Amino acid sequence: MPSPVSPHVSPGVAPRVLPPVAPLAQDSSPLGMFGYFNDHRDEVLNWLWYHTWLSAVPVVAGLLIALPLGWVARRYRWTYPPLVTAAGLLYTIPSIALFVAMPDILGTQILDPINVAVALTVYSVALLVRVVADGLGAVPDDVAQAATAMGLTRRQRLLKVELPLAVPVIAAGVRVAVVANVSLVAVAGTIGVPNLGQLFTTGFQLSVGSPYYPPITLGIVLCVLLALALDLLVVGGTWLATPWRRAVSGS
Amino acid sequence: MRFTRPAYIHQRAARADEVADSSMVSARVSGRKGKGGGLVIRFESVSKKYPDGTLAVDRLELVAPSGEITVLVGPSGCGKTTSLRMINRMIEPTSGRIWLDDRDTATVPTHELRRGIGYVIQHAGLFPHRTVLDNITTVPELLGRDKKETRRRALELMERVGLPAHFAKRYPAQLSGGQQQRVGVARALAADPPVMLMDEPFSAVDPVVRAQLQNEFLRLQGELGKTIVFVTHDIDEAIKLGDRVAVLQVGGHLAQLAPPAELLSDPSDAFVAGFVGRDRGYRALGFAEAGRLPVRKEHAVRLGGGLGEARDAAEDGWVLVTDAEDRPQGWLRTDRLPEAALPGPVTAQELNLGGTLAPETATLREALDSALSSPSGRGVIVDGAGRLLGTVTASEVLTRIEQQRVADGRPPARDAGLDAETDVGRDDGEGGEVV
Repeated sequence: MPSPVSPHVSPGVAPRVLPPVAPLAQDSSPLGMFGYFNDHRDEVLNWLWYHTWLSAVPVVAGLLIALPLGWVARRYRWTYPPLVTAAGLLYTIPSIALFVAMPDILGTQILDPINVAVALTVYSVALLVRVVADGLGAVPDDVAQAATAMGLTRRQRLLKVELPLAVPVIAAGVRVAVVANVSLVAVAGTIGVPNLGQLFTTGFQLSVGSPYYPPITLGIVLCVLLALALDLLVVGGTWLATPWRRAVSGS
Repeated sequence: MRFTRPAYIHQRAARADEVADSSMVSARVSGRKGKGGGLVIRFESVSKKYPDGTLAVDRLELVAPSGEITVLVGPSGCGKTTSLRMINRMIEPTSGRIWLDDRDTATVPTHELRRGIGYVIQHAGLFPHRTVLDNITTVPELLGRDKKETRRRALELMERVGLPAHFAKRYPAQLSGGQQQRVGVARALAADPPVMLMDEPFSAVDPVVRAQLQNEFLRLQGELGKTIVFVTHDIDEAIKLGDRVAVLQVGGHLAQLAPPAELLSDPSDAFVAGFVGRDRGYRALGFAEAGRLPVRKEHAVRLGGGLGEARDAAEDGWVLVTDAEDRPQGWLRTDRLPEAALPGPVTAQELNLGGTLAPETATLREALDSALSSPSGRGVIVDGAGRLLGTVTASEVLTRIEQQRVADGRPPARDAGLDAETDVGRDDGEGGEVV
């Protein structure tokens, strides 16, 4: 249903309505978020869409980078402490600093979403290197021994034994990374990158004299719902990929 | 043999038949092939020294003959597992060579070598994320064999190791320890390797399951005739399973290599004597066939028959009770039956199940155990179908032992005070308990 405020806008095109111009919902309490959502539906859904992609894609990219790094940390034991420590240190860089620095590093525009995607990929790598390394090492000794004794090459052992067995551990790390990304993306919103974070900036700007809660509450609720949905997706994928774990509790 | 072998093994076996003598000596001298289903494994002055200076194996010379079970036994730290793992190069020897027939294992790429050697370990080491069937087909899959044929053979193997076909789709965690170990054995056999290495495969299961697995393993080996090297710390297991037993001493010295009966009757030094244990005299009876024992007729009564009749048939207060097919069910004590109970029938609840049964082909140990474990003092002897043949007493078995000692040219023992307290009933051989 098109917004009552802009009946001429065709569906799918985000209306260029700036919050101060649009008539505000009367209710400034947290419950006013429903009215606020109705009034700014297209804009908010557009932000949600961006937010979803910015949360999910960096985790996938981060996992693809963390897999070989984690494998190296496992394969050459001496590399484990420096790699895991370095990865951990990456996480201490303040996100806002990284968002601001990225355009200089990448040569992109300041508000290009790619900046956020790359920065969040860095954080995902930081979280996942250790998880991958530990996951690959979680193969029970007798299983690893049997695999070697049966003549699996190193590569076959990795692909047929170590990686499948590491799935539960890696998936647990991916869940953390996805949820953490949902909140980090919101930070990027405050510098103007289109996503749900802009709801907080808007709420702050509109809180003149007394607090204006509707956009803030809406932002929090949508972020939580998004995190829950993405988390569920990871859990579901893990469930499908590990029938052997279900068998243990079953029958 | 139901398995089809790779062509090269057929050729090898045919050639081996022409070689009349495949004894250990000729194998050592010529490196010739044995005549069983497996290859000869030969350790040539093999040593393993770890970087910290520990000498795990010291110039080991050993031949595991084709088609036989060679058991490596010894205390912790004697290098038995190290020796085993040097065969498939999970551990590389510091010096010396290991030969599989005339191939120096050091010249074969490790993964190729290992795919031709079955390997079974203590906790089976099954892949938890793969089904039983997928576990079994691992090596044939690596070798690129036909999928359908591999699957068919895996199911056949499952049946052979005593696993029902519907287990194929289960995951290892859904199986008991004993069942997992059966899968482990099936997996090791799946590509029909001529050589099997087994590292304490039955140590992690309870004694009843262990005895069962051991017996089935021996039956399976009887059909397959693989060259097997078997590591254990349990001298009883070594003696039960080994065609030949190698006793290793801490530091990787081979103390003695001999068939089990010889190990028990003639230990080469104090270490071996100590290791094989103080009941070795009794255990050695397990290798001596009792021959024709003087089996006496036993007046048995049927289950469900009258108690009064049972009392009349009893001898020394005990009567043997059988089922309708003459299979012994247990002993009934009749001298304490209350007069009022006599009109009633003989029921299973009243039976004493203490005695073991000895088959007519029993070893002296089984026959003696049957007599010693029987509450009546009369050991029950049964035929191949488990039907009652008669009974034998401990003194009759002892007389037979004395006769055999004389026949072997050894002086008769002055006092036959045998150490019988050791695990009576543990040896569940072909007899089985009276149930």
